[in-house]
Amino acid sequence: MAFYLAKRTLSLLLVLFGLAILIFIIARIVPGDPARIALGPLATANQVLEMRHEMGLDKPFIVQLWDYLSGLFRGDLGKSFLTSRPVMQDIVGALPATFELVLFTIILQITISIPLGVIAAIYRDTWVDNISRVISLIGVVTPGFVLAIILQLVASYKFQFFPVTGRLDAGIDYEATYTGLLIIDSLIDGRWDVLGDALRHIILPSIALAAAGIGQVMRITRSSMIEVSGRDFIEASRAYGIPERVVRFRYMLRIACVAPLTILGLEFASLIGNAFIVEFVFSWPGIASYGVRTILEKDLNAVIGVVLVSGVFFVVANLTIDIILGFIDPRNRLREGAEK
Amino acid sequence: MIELSEQASTERFMTSRQMAWFRFRRNPAALIGATIVISVTMLAIFAPILSPSPQSAGSFVDFAHRHHPPSAEFWFGTDNVGRDIFTRVIFGYRISLSLVVGVLGFAVPFGVILGLLAGYFGGRTEFIIMRFTDVMLAIPPLAMALAITAVLSPSLVNAMIAITMLWWTWHTRLIFRIVKAQMSEDYVEAAKVAGASHAHIMFKELLPNCISAISVKISLDAGFVILFGAALSFLGLGVHPPTPDLGTMVSTGSEYLPEFWWEALMPGLAILYAILGFNLLGDGLRDMMDVEV
Repeated sequence: MAFYLAKRTLSLLLVLFGLAILIFIIARIVPGDPARIALGPLATANQVLEMRHEMGLDKPFIVQLWDYLSGLFRGDLGKSFLTSRPVMQDIVGALPATFELVLFTIILQITISIPLGVIAAIYRDTWVDNISRVISLIGVVTPGFVLAIILQLVASYKFQFFPVTGRLDAGIDYEATYTGLLIIDSLIDGRWDVLGDALRHIILPSIALAAAGIGQVMRITRSSMIEVSGRDFIEASRAYGIPERVVRFRYMLRIACVAPLTILGLEFASLIGNAFIVEFVFSWPGIASYGVRTILEKDLNAVIGVVLVSGVFFVVANLTIDIILGFIDPRNRLREGAEK
Repeated sequence: MIELSEQASTERFMTSRQMAWFRFRRNPAALIGATIVISVTMLAIFAPILSPSPQSAGSFVDFAHRHHPPSAEFWFGTDNVGRDIFTRVIFGYRISLSLVVGVLGFAVPFGVILGLLAGYFGGRTEFIIMRFTDVMLAIPPLAMALAITAVLSPSLVNAMIAITMLWWTWHTRLIFRIVKAQMSEDYVEAAKVAGASHAHIMFKELLPNCISAISVKISLDAGFVILFGAALSFLGLGVHPPTPDLGTMVSTGSEYLPEFWWEALMPGLAILYAILGFNLLGDGLRDMMDVEV
């Protein structure tokens, strides 16, 4: 297991390194002078020259690349022109909100899609299965922002169940001090009013974000449950008289979980992408809102930082999934070892 | 049971192409998908003829009819300056479909060729191409597309470039997997022994075996390219007004929520309709050709 972990981590570090270089190159080959872009059209030629010097743009490309990479190792992403604070500080400030939203979304996806997939497999080819098929299709084909607007229209404006935007009501005075996640911190502090309000705010954005993944994972859970149910050892277990419930949930589900979890890991990239849209619609104060704002202002350092951090998010999520899969299905880690 | 055996006996006397068509026709979801795709394409092509008020596609203003709810005259209602939303949706499909053609026209050939090269030559070529693909796949696509369009300044062509730069990776992966599996087949071995050139084996022997997978993937892709383009312009990084674009219409319309709900909802549902069509069609083609993508 240790060897497997080390190998996976190493290859992910390689991917991250490549990502860092790639983003830097893209940011530098763009037409237009980043210093001019940062200062706006009204700046004088002298100001632009000074800015170029301050940003290190007058140095050779290789030196710039070196400065940037060694900065990364120290956790230094440069300064944001929009907020004139270090990009790292901005991102760390916005991260908990996004993390909370994404975490809540994934929990929602797993708790909804896997049971529904199992039910669809058990009642396969009946009306239950057909309904689940339609739900998953709607989830897959509905753009996040369209779903977000429909949810706002119905649940916020029409029935006023949920607040339209934001993370917490303006009237509530609360500082999340432990983890930055409102739901967890308010639990620790025993602030039930905050917890309730945070939950009411997070539900709509996370549904809008979860829908596409729910659709996919549901179908995959269903088809892998059906596939596993045809295997010999399942027939054998039934023949031994092991209760159907045990066969289904302890033997079949464990194996059938592998494919949906893998997909969840891959889905993570589009989840982060969609978070940009969903945070934008619901004015959720996370890293994606920050990203959209800085992108519209052409704040290059901040844009590089946001893309890089979302890449790290994705890569770490996939590593986590790999580790979980290694525990669920030992063949995964053994196969890697056997290749050596 | 009777129906099943009938189907089996019918299938036995058909060529593989007839069988594929037979399966496609028997699949109501695929037929609905094909109908939707054809209707969207026709609307886009004949937009000036079919739309009830073609002048609404431009910067036309009619304040007497602004914020008009859906009615017999204005099927989808009118927007904040009194333009017919139905007309703008039809013209918006033109933008969406040209985005699809532009993106897939470049991304698919590029991705397919890289996949062929990696799968056929293996070794160091495979290592370089597939590692590079992995790196590209580690970037959340929308985040990257946002960054690229922002830096290049927003426009339809730049949105196209941004999406294309990320889209080829999936085709490379798909083709690589298929080619890798085909490499041990006898026909490849035979072509090598017969002295066929690398190019001949890749494009004349291996590529035909990838065609059905590629076409299914393209159909599924088309919907997601539309979604992607709409998402970009929704955030203000796509086509410039007054060009009618579905994503921009949703974003402008959402400023008038909840009162004038149709201004955001109708273009939103129009996007959903097109994506649904391509998705159903892609699923149908997949079942018909019996490939995994």
